[in-house]
Amino acid sequence: MSEPVTAAGKAGGAPDARRVHSISARRVRAIYRKELREYRRKGSIVWGMAILPLIFLLQPLITVFTLPAGASGQLADHHELLYMLAIPALVPATLAAYSVVGERQQGTLEPVLTTPVRREEFLLGKALACFVPSVAIAYAVFLLFLASVGLFAQPGVAPALLRGSDLLAQLIFTPLLAGWSIWVGIAISTRVSEVRVAQQLGLLANLPSVLVTTLIAFNAIHASLLVALGGAVVLLVLNRVGWRLTSAMFDRERLITSTR
Amino acid sequence: MAGLALTPENGVEIRRRISIMPESPGLYLRLSVAENLQCFADLYEVPGPRDRIDRALRAVGLADRADDTCGSLSKGLRQRVALARALLPDPQVLFLDEPTAGLDPLAARDVHDLIDALRQSGVTIFLATHRLEEAERLCDRVAILNTTLRTIGRPDELRDRLFAKTLTVRTLIPLAEPGRVFAGLPAVDGWRQDGVRDYVINVSDATLAAPAVIRALVQAGADVLSVGESRHSLEDVYLELVSEDEEARRR
Repeated sequence: MSEPVTAAGKAGGAPDARRVHSISARRVRAIYRKELREYRRKGSIVWGMAILPLIFLLQPLITVFTLPAGASGQLADHHELLYMLAIPALVPATLAAYSVVGERQQGTLEPVLTTPVRREEFLLGKALACFVPSVAIAYAVFLLFLASVGLFAQPGVAPALLRGSDLLAQLIFTPLLAGWSIWVGIAISTRVSEVRVAQQLGLLANLPSVLVTTLIAFNAIHASLLVALGGAVVLLVLNRVGWRLTSAMFDRERLITSTR
Repeated sequence: MAGLALTPENGVEIRRRISIMPESPGLYLRLSVAENLQCFADLYEVPGPRDRIDRALRAVGLADRADDTCGSLSKGLRQRVALARALLPDPQVLFLDEPTAGLDPLAARDVHDLIDALRQSGVTIFLATHRLEEAERLCDRVAILNTTLRTIGRPDELRDRLFAKTLTVRTLIPLAEPGRVFAGLPAVDGWRQDGVRDYVINVSDATLAAPAVIRALVQAGADVLSVGESRHSLEDVYLELVSEDEEARRR
């Protein structure tokens, strides 16, 4: 220990206002990259996320496989595919719920929060790290569903089921629902003091999203272009509000000093 | 703090200029030492992060452990990684919370040397410790807390504030008339016998009193074994303050 790091960069004076208020991509990336490295080192985190959607896959697959070839006409009013939208709503919930309170319990949050990282940067990094694997898993499970239907369903069922509009809805709503689920999960994670409580509340808080997608899938809410556009706009706004609201709820001082 | 007003608007800039090493290292145990430091180098946006990481690791003697996962390190080594992490941004103000907790004496000495070198280079260091000899060795000013702030000052000031200056004298055989030997000597305020052959002399200035006491002892024909200035440690200061608090509470 002979080579001390000297005090450098001692420029005083007021901070540059632009630097203070702008989001640093490098700091967001630092949080994001750290999270992904941790997932990579502990693969069970990602596999654990994939189990629930695979179970979710069973019900629609059984329904589709038991449809006779002549049932394709009945499928015109059904949107079985949209049932799969529950997956992006549920998959990131536990991961997001762990993100803040989990680090706090491990004692790794304090050193991070004493760095110049702004709360918005910290939360964006955390959210991205939940978002990327969740959306990847949701799309992968969906592709598995499509492949299974294409390969094993009765002739005529697959073309009737796999409609362009439903596929597009799946493509667009998957990231929007995942984003909303993540912000809800992180918001809960910033306020509770126990990982298990955060995860339970996170799952509960996402049940309304699951309910809506299920009601659409079973035609209780009629799926139309207007519903789709309205839903997309609402989710976009909710994602934006979710980020801001979660940032406002993130009390750095309390997270560092409070024991509760 | 570090030349900036303590306002919420200055939060980012203040945190850029300071660094904190908490008592618990708080490392990402699944990540390697270098990956942990890389994350923090990016959070501080340090230029040339690779060089800075190498330098910080060399400073704590861990240059050859960069690729080890933090989970595989001993408590002492984790402590050193946390110290390297605190050094990354070249802070102006460094907060160290029990930096040598759990370290063996050799590693603790290395950390002390490093802290000393940082202090010499102009870094302001706040050191929180229960090891009073550590505070005594490293700190220019000491604050003693016992629920509340009890006292603050340079270690010598604290000693002078709480304890009278004394000389301790030991002779081969007890003095026949100690009162006559110690009476009227310059800077000597009083004396008492401590045991059979030991004498504690209260003095106002040890540099004046010590030569006079030695001369008086020799003139009295005493066989002097030792004359020394009593030195109260910071631990004595702490214990004195705590016992004062307890007495006040009892009253």
